[in-house]
Amino acid sequence: MKVKPMSAEDKRVWLTIAGIVVLGICFLPIGQWLFGIRYTYTVRVVALGGSILGVISGALGCFAVLRRESLMGDALSHAALPGVAVAFLLAGRDLGVLLIGAGIASWIALRFISALLGTTRLKQDAAMGIVLASWFAGGIALLAYIQSIPDASQAGLDRFIFGQAAAIIESDLLLISGAGVVVLLALALFWKEFKLVTFDQEFAGANGFQVGLINTLLSTLIVIAIVLGLQLAGVILMVGILIAPGIAARQWTRKLNHMVILAAVFGAFAGGVGAVISAIDADIPTGPMIIVVAFTLVLASIALAPGRGLLWSSWRRRLDSRRFARQNALRDLYRYALSHGSPATPVPDTFVRGIGDRSAALGLRQLLSAGLVETMGDNWRLTDAGIEAARRDAHSLRLWDLYRLYADDMDLPLLGEDRHLDIRDVLPADAIGQLEAMTEQRPN
Amino acid sequence: MNDRAPLALSVEDLTVAYHSKPAIWDIDLGVPEGVLMAIVGPNGAGKSTLIKAVLNLIPRAAGTVSFYGSPYEQARSLVGYVPQRGSVDWDFPTSVLDVVTMGLYGKLGWLRRPRRKERDLALFALEQVGLLDLVDRQISQLSGGQQQRTFLARALVQDAQIYFMDEPFAAVDAITERAIVKILHQLKERGKTVLVVHHDLQTVEDYFDWVTLLNVEVVASGPAAEVFTPENLQKTYGGRVSYLHDGQVLAAGD
Repeated sequence: MKVKPMSAEDKRVWLTIAGIVVLGICFLPIGQWLFGIRYTYTVRVVALGGSILGVISGALGCFAVLRRESLMGDALSHAALPGVAVAFLLAGRDLGVLLIGAGIASWIALRFISALLGTTRLKQDAAMGIVLASWFAGGIALLAYIQSIPDASQAGLDRFIFGQAAAIIESDLLLISGAGVVVLLALALFWKEFKLVTFDQEFAGANGFQVGLINTLLSTLIVIAIVLGLQLAGVILMVGILIAPGIAARQWTRKLNHMVILAAVFGAFAGGVGAVISAIDADIPTGPMIIVVAFTLVLASIALAPGRGLLWSSWRRRLDSRRFARQNALRDLYRYALSHGSPATPVPDTFVRGIGDRSAALGLRQLLSAGLVETMGDNWRLTDAGIEAARRDAHSLRLWDLYRLYADDMDLPLLGEDRHLDIRDVLPADAIGQLEAMTEQRPN
Repeated sequence: MNDRAPLALSVEDLTVAYHSKPAIWDIDLGVPEGVLMAIVGPNGAGKSTLIKAVLNLIPRAAGTVSFYGSPYEQARSLVGYVPQRGSVDWDFPTSVLDVVTMGLYGKLGWLRRPRRKERDLALFALEQVGLLDLVDRQISQLSGGQQQRTFLARALVQDAQIYFMDEPFAAVDAITERAIVKILHQLKERGKTVLVVHHDLQTVEDYFDWVTLLNVEVVASGPAAEVFTPENLQKTYGGRVSYLHDGQVLAAGD
């Protein structure tokens, strides 16, 4: 098989993933040294559970983010609470049963919201808001009732509200991992379909895909991810662990598969580290701790990520303004000089700065240091190299004009790019030759 | 209309209603194979609705549609679609090549992944629309015209018999407009049928040989030379001065 060389961005993504893994591993001794965490059996189970849940919700959460359904995740997680309570009343405190109850309640809420949207004129936010509040209210009322039953008060159902990872035991790990494998396998199997309906439902529908079915399948997987994560983050904060890894991952990459992998790694980091920190003291709730870690990842990604990050974009804006300032200053000088005789005519400083002020100064500085202009008292003059550069630029613009006019008649290749680039860098040599011939036939 | 030519698309009594008000009403349409047809009409005339209803993307209140004599369910592989480019989120994390490859997902069916062959087909389509230098570009970095060409390439890889394009000429640059026109003519030469929602009355007769004038109902449908007349335009647009002016200019050029 031919191995394609990795692009700079791909390398960056894998480096980020490696960095997060290393950071996560380093956290273990640092945590021991700084917080005096003792890695007892319980803490290890909790950390492992947290990481696995983080992987699942991080991966599935990407789709919630991309479908603009982040708040849908919030509604669905709140809606799980009455399911937990009903399952407890019917079948007792077994975790599997409680989670199935949660899943059923959440899924009913999902279908109810779709039904409201399909049959009424309610907008999505209103439909989600009303379902979130009413399902959650029902859950709280049922929990209060359960607390009043003498035997049941110790059931610890409260942990579903804010999450309590310390309650995770070894047999839970098996359940979580099993469900996780199924969910991720389904994600891999239907990857193409999920990507298509997430990007363009209409096109998917016109191509004969059963959009409704695929949507339901994807939403069901998200519900499973939510339900599994409840022990960790609880119904109120679950949306955080669902969407934060996806939001952070989106900053680092422009490919869906990388985004999902990165979000899974971010999720594992937040889930694991958050769970360990909360194990320092039984009073630290896991959910909020995990969200704090996840939010830190989001902040760091938004600030630092190359491509989309704030630092990066402000740096790129600077580069752009430098490039255009230089281009414009060169053009201004050349045009003025030409219209006053020869390209080497000195150009008064007031004229150049008069048109472009700060940007002109920026451009002139660059031209000066590149040796394209020289100062003559209060005047600027293009050097030989400067005249050559300005001619090249003017000639490129001229070729662009001809390209626009005659490309069709001359059957030249179609271009995606446009005039701010040198046309000789984007058109093949023979096409340039044809355009050059045209300039000779039609001198300005 | 020429009765001997097979009908690529035949629509009968098609009606779509929103809250009991028809968006399109009692549409009867026969489109012969191999024509380039413009669907023209004022805002709110139901042009996009017509396309979506024909493609089963929105529920119909009434009516039947057939492609080469078969219902949509059996003719899906014959149909290519270019949605309005505003209908998707262009910040979606994917590349131009990837979007174009999506045009082949329908043929691949469940569970199968695109491979080398699909990649080559997508590259070929991108070459036709002049985006070969942008294949790996993230779609959020495309201009409007480049987005439109990406969608066009995605439809081309479908290798359909009948294409539906929703406002492909809306707000695109000159190079893109040329590219689309070129593609339309290539499609016609290969015997494909193309239906295009179009808003620029000036270019209708240059680009298309068949016209349907639509304003909730079909005002007229047929060869451009017969149908695209000032009277029909007036019926369609309700005598709005600017359009009438265009219509008379066009009529004078006939």
